[in-house]
Amino acid sequence: MSEVIGNHIIHKYLRHNKKFPHVLCPGCGHGIALGALIRGVHCLGLEKDDVVIVAGIGCSGRLAVYVDFNTVHTTHGRALTFATGIKMAKPNLNVICIMGDGDALSIGGNHLIHAARRNIGITALVLNNNIYGMTGGQCSPTTPHGSFSMTSPYGQLEKGFDVVDLVRAAGANFVARGTSFHAQQLDKLIIQALQHPGFSMVEVVSPCHTQFGRKNKYKGPVDMYKWLKKSATPLERYEELEPDKREGRFPTGVFVDNDLPGLEEQYQALKQKMRGQAK
Amino acid sequence: MAVGRKKKHKELFAQGNEAVVEGALLAGCNFYGGYPITPSSEVMEIMAQRLPKTPDGVFLQMEDEIASLGAVIGASLAGCKAMTATSGPGFSLMQEHLGYACMVEAPLVLVNVMRGGPSTGLPTSPAQGDVQQARWGTHGDHSVIVLSASNVQECLEMTITAFNMAEKFRTPVILLLDEITAHTREKIIIPREDEYEVFNRVVPTMPPEWYKPFEETVRGVPPMPPIGSGYRFHVTGLTHDANGFPTSRPEEVVDLIGRMFRKIDQFLPQVSLTEEYLCEDAEVCVVAYGSVARSAAYAVDQARERGVRAGLLKLKTLFPYPRAATEKVMGHARAIIVPEMNMGQMSREVKRVNNGKTMVRALNRVDGQIITPSEILKAIMQV
Ligand SMILES: Cc1ncc(C[n+]2csc(CCOP(=O)(O)OP(=O)(O)O)c2C)c(N)n1
Ligand code: SF4
Repeated sequence: MSEVIGNHIIHKYLRHNKKFPHVLCPGCGHGIALGALIRGVHCLGLEKDDVVIVAGIGCSGRLAVYVDFNTVHTTHGRALTFATGIKMAKPNLNVICIMGDGDALSIGGNHLIHAARRNIGITALVLNNNIYGMTGGQCSPTTPHGSFSMTSPYGQLEKGFDVVDLVRAAGANFVARGTSFHAQQLDKLIIQALQHPGFSMVEVVSPCHTQFGRKNKYKGPVDMYKWLKKSATPLERYEELEPDKREGRFPTGVFVDNDLPGLEEQYQALKQKMRGQAK
Repeated sequence: MAVGRKKKHKELFAQGNEAVVEGALLAGCNFYGGYPITPSSEVMEIMAQRLPKTPDGVFLQMEDEIASLGAVIGASLAGCKAMTATSGPGFSLMQEHLGYACMVEAPLVLVNVMRGGPSTGLPTSPAQGDVQQARWGTHGDHSVIVLSASNVQECLEMTITAFNMAEKFRTPVILLLDEITAHTREKIIIPREDEYEVFNRVVPTMPPEWYKPFEETVRGVPPMPPIGSGYRFHVTGLTHDANGFPTSRPEEVVDLIGRMFRKIDQFLPQVSLTEEYLCEDAEVCVVAYGSVARSAAYAVDQARERGVRAGLLKLKTLFPYPRAATEKVMGHARAIIVPEMNMGQMSREVKRVNNGKTMVRALNRVDGQIITPSEILKAIMQV
């Protein structure tokens, strides 16, 4: 699993009949997250036909079109609902949801907590860039207090969600956070998430210099990746820090690691039982 | 000799909502995702009991109606015959996904047991206020199939029809019921296996490399493989080309939208279901649907007893609006009466088809009360 995979592997998973270039800005963190997902799928030896990518709407949602799996580009915020139907209908498929922070936490917040509560066997990637990228940089539910956006021109007054806390509290089996700067760690987190039963969520802190950086203190992609390098702190180290030293940092790593059976497994067990009774 | 003798029919004393479940299971429904709302909840409750007992049935209670239809579309893409049931406010929440289902051509059945509105309205009172919402609720131009039923037996039959049309045309089909039909109990006969047709979607047979998920065909309906069966393709609510990839090239946009209309419109005679009662010589014709059609049939009988040649055109398909059948009765009737439990959502369609030729009289009620035979009779005698 520690094998280092070059770009030539990624090319095997791209759709070459789809017109490139892609829609992402140069330097966007979303491409790195997609790369990590592909490497994860490759490392685990999953068949393309057994992987379904269900994406929402946003820059993050556009990723699905480029990869040669079964791909479903759904409606804004609702990717998890479609994925739930697919997973229950075909429990053997590896169902992966890609969502933005606006997608997953604002319009789709209800579906996110319920997918976690249900513990359905979906792997969710929340690409958190703290902003609505595709619609031009309005604030999202993760925009930090005090930062600027098209709809918080005087500084955001609301407090942002912590995705990890939220999904953990809702009852997911596996909850982790990585960044698109720490690509190797991200590969590992995604591989773990893909192997977990039940609902697993990886938050990927992913920079949007075009919409978020521009309005805040980051001049370009390089500044944003420097910020990620500086602030992302492995969970164990983060916990040892004095509270005042935590300012400006966020923990990364695995926050929840349980093995409870997924909803689809429990449902199959129920069906077995019913069949036994019917005989 | 007993050889060749047909098995006796199974009979049930059931309400409309139960009949919907019976019909769905006969049609092969194996996925239900929903959220409870009166007066449709019994559909969901009975599905919760029945589906886990079927070989491949899945039942899910979702967190809301948006999620319900999302899950239903997902299951449909994965090869299931999937359905949900709801009422007014829930139907409103489903509209975005209804448009998505049209766009990705996902077969599914959506039962809407109408209640009074707008908003939370009159939860358990009869109404027919969602007729135009069913036609135009989602944004954009799209064809649509909306069916209805006027008694419990028909609830069963029209649910089977809804599944068959959904699969045949790769499209969502809406079954609009009213509270009276959904909650009335009467004897129904469960058809034997050889007495009804079940249509399953056409799956591709060509090698996966050749398959184009949204390609034109003779019937306008591309074959549809279940997700995970070796045909990998992209599904999107964005306007897409034959391969399923987003496009904004005008000719490709026109091709897609055109085909989505054509695949239903070219089969209008198959899709437009109506029933005529004493229409041949009718000088006054009532056009009605749902439970109102029952009151109307009774009123027609009474009018005949009084020497007025009355008839009834019952609409079982509401959309595409059954123009041909309506034009036929208009050809000889001097007046058309359209009673309905709304402010005139269907009489508007009748007037549109009629285009000023015949007198069209609307009879409307929005107070949560039944339209009685005597009200309709009065209208017949007046014109
Ligand atoms: C129902 C609905 N409301 C609003 C929109 C408009 N919209 C498109 S993308 C988007 C936000 C995307 O932000 P996010 O989910 O954070 O993803 P990002 O683009 O940043 O990756 C919005 C509001 C929509 N498509 N559908
Ligand atoms: S707008 Fe932001 S999120 Fe969208 S592609 Fe550009 S950098 Fe990425």
